[in-house]
Amino acid sequence: MATLEIKDLHVAVDTEDGQKPILRGVDLAVRAGETHAIMGPNGSGKSTLAYSIAGHPKYTIISGTVTLNGVDVLTMSVDERARAGLFLAMQYPVEVPGVSVSNFLRTAKTALDGEAPKLRTWVKDVNDAMDKVSMDREFAQRNVNEGFSGGEKKRHEIMQLELLNPKFAILDETDSGLDIDALKVVAEGVNRFRGQGDRGVLLITHYTRILRYIQPDYVHVFVNGRIAEQGGPELAEQLEAEGYDKYQRISA
Amino acid sequence: MSTNLQDAVESSVASHLHPVPSYDLADHPLPTGREEVWRFTPLKRLRGLLDGDASDGHLKWDARIPEGVTISEISTAEAAALGETLPADRPSALAVANGAGAVLVDVPAETELGEPLVVRLSGASPDEVVWGHIVVRLGLHAKATVVFEHSGSARYSVSTSVLVGASAQLDLVSLQLWDDDAVHLGQVGVRIGRDAHVRTFQATLGGDLVRVIENFAYDGPGGELEAFGLYFADAGQHIEHRLFIDHNAPHTKSNAVYKGGLQGEGAHSVWVGDVLIRKAAEGIETFETNRNLVLTDGCRADSVPNLEIETGEIKGAGHASATGRFDDEQLFYIQSRGVTEDEARRLVVHGFFADIIKKIKVPEVEERLLVAVEAELARHVATPTSVRGA
Ligand SMILES: Nc1ncnc2c1ncn2[C@@H]1O[C@H](COP(=O)(O)OP(=O)(O)OP(=O)(O)O)[C@@H](O)[C@H]1O
Ligand SMILES: [Mg+2]
Repeated sequence: MATLEIKDLHVAVDTEDGQKPILRGVDLAVRAGETHAIMGPNGSGKSTLAYSIAGHPKYTIISGTVTLNGVDVLTMSVDERARAGLFLAMQYPVEVPGVSVSNFLRTAKTALDGEAPKLRTWVKDVNDAMDKVSMDREFAQRNVNEGFSGGEKKRHEIMQLELLNPKFAILDETDSGLDIDALKVVAEGVNRFRGQGDRGVLLITHYTRILRYIQPDYVHVFVNGRIAEQGGPELAEQLEAEGYDKYQRISA
Repeated sequence: MSTNLQDAVESSVASHLHPVPSYDLADHPLPTGREEVWRFTPLKRLRGLLDGDASDGHLKWDARIPEGVTISEISTAEAAALGETLPADRPSALAVANGAGAVLVDVPAETELGEPLVVRLSGASPDEVVWGHIVVRLGLHAKATVVFEHSGSARYSVSTSVLVGASAQLDLVSLQLWDDDAVHLGQVGVRIGRDAHVRTFQATLGGDLVRVIENFAYDGPGGELEAFGLYFADAGQHIEHRLFIDHNAPHTKSNAVYKGGLQGEGAHSVWVGDVLIRKAAEGIETFETNRNLVLTDGCRADSVPNLEIETGEIKGAGHASATGRFDDEQLFYIQSRGVTEDEARRLVVHGFFADIIKKIKVPEVEERLLVAVEAELARHVATPTSVRGA
């Protein structure tokens, strides 16, 4: 069974005053077909975990491993990781001036498949993907994320998830800043992706709201650079009621 | 970096920049290199263009002339009588003095050109000095797109005067696609009529040394200017763009956006953007932007925006200048979708320039420039690893 496995991961972020340790021993295994939710207070290191898995150059791995089906991910370049089947929907998607969504998607698809998509089916696929997340088709001609509203950027990320169809998806606060309709649209997209059966999802979120639409198999509480507690969906409800207070006191 | 009005007011300096325009060579002494307007330019490489060697060399003109426009030769005196803009530096004064007349591109009042006037100018040899003198005139309510495209090689100094009548609309594009050994000194003086709308686009890719000076002023209130530019300096190339926007009339607007790329040892670009807001220029709006993308080590990009403000009664004024390497976040985002680093870089640079190229709005010119930029990139930024679809 395909697995994304993180073992005793220690990561520091490069700052102007040198490296600052953020992750302090993360252990987590996401098997194909599973959805894991990660919840935790601001600054606890959730995005750091997501970026580290994706290979952002700002982060330095101090120790630990990340493997995909047993293969070391940490030695791969960012694009190799994507081609190996990883996808990161970013908390703050980046604007790329002058590069149209259409060109961007086609370039990505070509890189992932090793050949250019067939023009006719491709245009239809892109249109379908945009329709599914209620993105106006005119977005295809706009520059990547430039001038997109917060919610439009998130829908654009989910549109890419469906179009590029990776093996494992890390969704970093894709639900933040969405109105209720957009939240449903995003949740439906993630559920279609999950519905394929053999896909893994790591869902980083602050709100149990989205977990009503995307039922997680596991919930992890992330505090101070590590997982402080894990459980089933009921843990999310408990967090909503009680907050992170008790975990923060323990880890301090 | 961005400067809002407040900072701009504080940082304003006395106007020291603009020599008094004049035909008289005595008003334009031989520069030493210490003058503000010459401090970036490698004078040695101007090869004769400061001395004023007499020459009757010409660039070859190959023009596609749409109905409604006339092109004729006029005398220097006739050019002056048209009220052309005066030379503001020595090479342009020499160009007028030695040019033995000017070429007049005339679009009469109320005339709207159905298609762009495209003039291809080509030089045969880097050893030939060519003095050029051009006047472009648009009458009241006229509407035209004029494209000058330079190629081949020459040592060329040209004074171009652009007189835009009231309520006229002009799109002026100048492409410097010279061979590697050409030298081009160009001064473009533009007068923007009342309520006229002028869009200019300077693209400089080729040449050993290219220095283009654009001076804009208004002939009445309500005039609007959009000045765009793109340049790409390769190893050893000196590319200099200076603009001076003189907001001398109320309720006028200007927006300048110049983007540059640099690659290779000794590539040097200079962008100087001076905006003067005179006392009379109430209710004006101006913004200027210069961005430079440094692709390799060993390049130098000078970027000097400057605002001088003599009245506080304006709508807005500001400038932004940034010079840097690739944006890591952009590269990461693209790579995280499976695209290799080289291909991601190519995409980012392509986007950087495509964004400004689409301002030209003359499809054939846009295409030509995109191809030219791709060719520049192919020299250093690696070629795509994957085949892109149509
Ligand atoms: N360049 C930096 N310099 C200093 N600290 C940094 C830098 N980058 C990240 N950090 C710190 O790393 C910590 C973890 O940040 P991270 O973005 O991973 O948190 P998060 O759990 O995703 O928070 P949020 O819920 O707000 O998104 C934060 O305390 C943050 O301030
Ligand atoms: Mg975060």
